[in-house]
Amino acid sequence: MTNIPLIPVLLLGAVLFCLGLLAVITKRHAIVVLMGIELIFNAANLNLVAFNRHQPNLMQGQVFSLFVMVIAAAESAVALAIILKVYAYFKTINLDQIRTETDE
Amino acid sequence: MNLILFYVFGLLAIAAAVFMLATKNVLYAAFGLLITLLSVAAIFILLYADFVAIAQLMIYIGGVLILVLFSVMLSNQVQGQPVQSESINRFSGLLTAGALLAGLAYLILSADYLFPSETSLASTSNTKTSIITIGIRLITNFALPFEVASLILLIALMGAAFISTEEKHD
Repeated sequence: MTNIPLIPVLLLGAVLFCLGLLAVITKRHAIVVLMGIELIFNAANLNLVAFNRHQPNLMQGQVFSLFVMVIAAAESAVALAIILKVYAYFKTINLDQIRTETDE
Repeated sequence: MNLILFYVFGLLAIAAAVFMLATKNVLYAAFGLLITLLSVAAIFILLYADFVAIAQLMIYIGGVLILVLFSVMLSNQVQGQPVQSESINRFSGLLTAGALLAGLAYLILSADYLFPSETSLASTSNTKTSIITIGIRLITNFALPFEVASLILLIALMGAAFISTEEKHD
């Protein structure tokens, strides 16, 4: 059983973060934007857990990543409720169409 | 062995995330996200974070992803046609994310870590489960954040229920 070195985990977290950011920037479907945000949360969790191994007695990293998950769950519940409400009002969840309709 | 598994799951996570970006079908994007979350849970186990991995399975895959799938189905405009999502700003998005990734990678590779070496790590952390320590920490050191998190969950539950109820038209 060899330990996984720190650097590859941090690089994986960075790649997942940038892919999530790319989803938020390029996608126009509101639910896909939310998926990108979930990806960003996961990248942050990966970093927290990776650093936690260097302070295993305190467990700060793992406990903090649990709090991040709680916030992510609350955020996605509220955001999906808002998305369903927006869909019932505008009949679309394309963010650009919603913006042009609210501008008029 | 651990390292090979880590690279397999890491590449799987990245590939599924890229698939999530590349596909136009929102349902397929949700399944790509599912594969990414599962791979990240596997990597948590490889990093000796068993409780976080189980929480990831239950909260993200059991909760968040089901919510996403349901809202994809509920907000389907055209019956019988797949939900499409086109992407815009491809070039500027790639530029921004690529520049950020380059900066982060440079920072990670050139940073000076103040940690004990990886060999001294092996003896301390790979024997016992982390659940006992997490449980003790949650009710001692992190008792206040724990309570605040439960309050936030309650408020989010009430808010989501309030937002999504139909208004009464008098």
